[in-house]
Amino acid sequence: MEQLFTVGEPIQDAKAPAGPLQDQWEARRFGAKLINPANRRKLSVIMVGTGLAGASAAATLGEAGYHVKSFCYQDSPRRAHSIAAQGGINAAKNYRNDGDSIRRLFYDTVKGGDYRSRESNVYRLAEVSSSIIDQCVAQGVPFARDYGGLLDTRSFGGVQVSRTFYARGQTGQQLLLGAYQALERQVNAGTVEVNTRHEMLELIVINGKARGVVVRDLVSGTLETHLADAVVLATGGYSNVYYLSTNAMGCNTSATWRAHRKGALFANPCFTQIHPTCIPVSGEHQSKLTLMSESLRNDGRIWVPVKAGDTRAPGDIPAAERDYYLERQYPAFGNLVPRDVASRAAKNQCDSGHGVGPGGRGVYLDLADAIARLGRDAIEEKYGNLLDMYQKITDEDPYRVPMRIYPAVHYTMGGLWVDYDLESSIPGLFVIGEANYSDHGANRLGASALMQGLADGYFILPNTINDYLAKNPVAAADSSHPEAVKALDTVRGRLERFLSINGSRTVDSFHKELGAIVWEYCGMERNAEGLEHAVGLIRALKEEFWTDVKVTGVNEELNQTLERAGRVGDFFELAELMCIDALHRAESCGSHFRTESQTDDGEALRDDAEFAYVAAWEFTGEDSPPRLRKENLEYHNVELAQRSYK
Amino acid sequence: MNITVRIWRQHDRAAAGRMVSYGVDGISPDMSFLEMLDVLNDQLTAVGDDPVAFDHDCREGICGMCSLVINGIAHGPEALTTTCQLYMRHFNDGDTIDVEPWRSQAFPILRDLVVDRSAMDRIIQAGGYISAPTGSAPDAAATLVPKKDADRAFDAAVCIGCGACIAACPNGSGMLFTGAKANHLGVLPQGQTERHERALAMVNQHDAEGFGGCTQIGECTAVCPVGIPLDMISFLNADVLSALPRKQD
Ligand SMILES: Cc1cc2nc3c(=O)[nH]c(=O)nc-3n(C[C@H](O)[C@H](O)[C@H](O)COP(=O)(O)OP(=O)(O)OC[C@H]3O[C@@H](n4cnc5c(N)ncnc54)[C@H](O)[C@@H]3O)c2cc1C
Ligand code: SF4
Ligand code: FES
Repeated sequence: MEQLFTVGEPIQDAKAPAGPLQDQWEARRFGAKLINPANRRKLSVIMVGTGLAGASAAATLGEAGYHVKSFCYQDSPRRAHSIAAQGGINAAKNYRNDGDSIRRLFYDTVKGGDYRSRESNVYRLAEVSSSIIDQCVAQGVPFARDYGGLLDTRSFGGVQVSRTFYARGQTGQQLLLGAYQALERQVNAGTVEVNTRHEMLELIVINGKARGVVVRDLVSGTLETHLADAVVLATGGYSNVYYLSTNAMGCNTSATWRAHRKGALFANPCFTQIHPTCIPVSGEHQSKLTLMSESLRNDGRIWVPVKAGDTRAPGDIPAAERDYYLERQYPAFGNLVPRDVASRAAKNQCDSGHGVGPGGRGVYLDLADAIARLGRDAIEEKYGNLLDMYQKITDEDPYRVPMRIYPAVHYTMGGLWVDYDLESSIPGLFVIGEANYSDHGANRLGASALMQGLADGYFILPNTINDYLAKNPVAAADSSHPEAVKALDTVRGRLERFLSINGSRTVDSFHKELGAIVWEYCGMERNAEGLEHAVGLIRALKEEFWTDVKVTGVNEELNQTLERAGRVGDFFELAELMCIDALHRAESCGSHFRTESQTDDGEALRDDAEFAYVAAWEFTGEDSPPRLRKENLEYHNVELAQRSYK
Repeated sequence: MNITVRIWRQHDRAAAGRMVSYGVDGISPDMSFLEMLDVLNDQLTAVGDDPVAFDHDCREGICGMCSLVINGIAHGPEALTTTCQLYMRHFNDGDTIDVEPWRSQAFPILRDLVVDRSAMDRIIQAGGYISAPTGSAPDAAATLVPKKDADRAFDAAVCIGCGACIAACPNGSGMLFTGAKANHLGVLPQGQTERHERALAMVNQHDAEGFGGCTQIGECTAVCPVGIPLDMISFLNADVLSALPRKQD
């Protein structure tokens, strides 16, 4: 096979101040230049995305007095995919007095991420976590309370303290509504302008600085250029590269990918999280997968029949013939092992013939013991909406019959590379929330994405972007600027190309086929041979896509097929980079399991000597191999250890 | 299953629309209603017709994007269910199913089954928030919230903002949606200070957007996918009344 990538100069974060971890954020904030309130009004920021990260950042910057232009592809900012998060949000409040602290949250996150994240960023995340809960309560987020009126918490996979705050099974919804309301308050105040049903299709870079975006008005098809003093991407993750995932149908990589093509490094694209508790696939027609929050693992016990191929109904299988395999293999953490461990364990059970349900791709998550212990009402109070959803989809009653679950793609740790200030490798382009790669290393702990999104949006970006804006005054530019015109032409050319192919296959059929390839070779387990094969398959399919896809209609109308074609076109390019990244990382770590690199008892085997770095990829051209830029990771505060949850 | 769907087709806001019939074959009972429409759209694309435009995103009942009137009922025949969570097992082989957009004065049709619901955002803009500054707040444990108030706020806060209540209302009223927000924030200690002004500001915007008045018919709560109860409107009305005399002095 021809050379798939080249290696370039290493990169480094230059923004985290030296000194002890606990002093860095304070020092950075003090070191950042401030802008006086009267001058903020003259500065504008483009904010793409209205999820937890984007809405909280837009509201905060608006309140600080900047002029913010916000964009989302849905018809309301409140519908960003953060709305779907179920289980909860972490914070090191230690209200339970169970030994939690900033340091422990930091430690758990670095360990959970299998030592592939930056200490400085993670420590800061743990540090601001408590303020997030304060902020949300002040906004009226109705977190669960105990009878004394105090905030309730629960525990989540991968940790032994109870630090997850929640609002029944709708934590993401409640947090997002809080941020959305803060955003709408700023719209009312005239500081933020929200453009719904607008999709970003290109980044505008002028003199090496990010200055604007090209967006398509999804109702009229009109292409618009918007310019500002800085651009922030808060556009979420790229799980939909797999076609089937727990993400919303519109989630995409287009914003981040287009920025990548314009020079932003893309870090660790192969670190994708497979969530252990989703409803199994029921058939060919399936358009998305539904998550059952892993908080269910607090009360549910996971098992399969001891005998392979056992087709008895679960109720007919006596206790002695059930294998509670997580409790057996990981006595210390049991059903609460981290996601990657739980997912692979389920896959192994199914591969060895112990799977249940149609096609044998499922394991039981059984609430019977918890219902017997706590009563049906208590379970309904905690998980009612999830269990209703399960019943609607499967037509089975989870209060009586064990639920069937199987892993599904859920979250992407990879994303655009950012430094301590959350600035990408393009000056003036900041990336927050799931769209960046920053805090979760090779595996994210449950309830930490909501924390990160809000930390980035309410607390971190608003304290770093001012430094950039203060130090980088730029000349005003409008849509007639040659770079803006060029970007607009690129977008128009690409849309016209889609519409002119007039082939024979639907966009979705390509997306499904692409997703199946990525899932097979770059999913729960990867190996060199498969990944090389996958690169070939992706290239061939991409070629076919660009010659045989059928996109009906015209650009100047509401055209949902055209929207999807653009997203899938970008997924093709990302998929190839994911496979190259997975191929080059010959170790296993976190979610990235290379079959060639495992311990004697089948656990992920890291290779810290070779791979203790962030793989940041540089785009070098359509037909030229990407360039690897390594950011070496140094650990001064945690000791690198083989993860063990036994 | 083989079924027939009769769907509202309309090219854009200004165009005239009409119902058009399509046959869709080979539908499995485990498909969701929207997956059935995906099959139809593949069929249309294959012959070069424009697929049917409809709103959807999360497909798990939480984002509030999906919005179809199915056989005359907003979100279809199943109670407490969004369009995207409706499964074909609730229909029979040979059925003819009518599919229409949310119809309401304040919701212009943009194309086929897609409508403009931005008026609902503007109601929130007018006052549907607590004026808590971002970036600094007292410790979360400093405010005790009695569990019953937290639960009551939560029951209102689960509104997904879909607009089914409005589509179902013979008056095109948005009072259930507005009442849910007034309740969510109005029963919490943090929301007391602005409580009455908030209610009044939202109702004023509601009226300005062209939503109709509430005559307590109850169609709204019957179609609401998360079961927002009718008494949320009474709460809202009470708050508005409390705000009025103060406005006059
Ligand atoms: C089902 C589910 C359950 C989850 N549960 C939990 C949980 O319990 N705890 C937890 O911590 N995490 C959870 N997560 C993860 C967490 O929800 C996400 O990582 C997080 O909400 C992402 O927030 P975000 O603001 O980065 O992006 P999103 O909320 O995805 O927002 C992306 C925004 O960008 C916009 N956008 C995207 N592309 C474009 C474009 N090209 N042009 C214009 N706009 C664009 C969208 O319109 C949207 O407004 C869950 C995720 C899923 C899928
Ligand atoms: S009250 Fe119910 S029907 Fe109305 S917008 Fe909210 S969720 Fe939808
Ligand atoms: S598509 Fe999100 S609620 Fe139906």
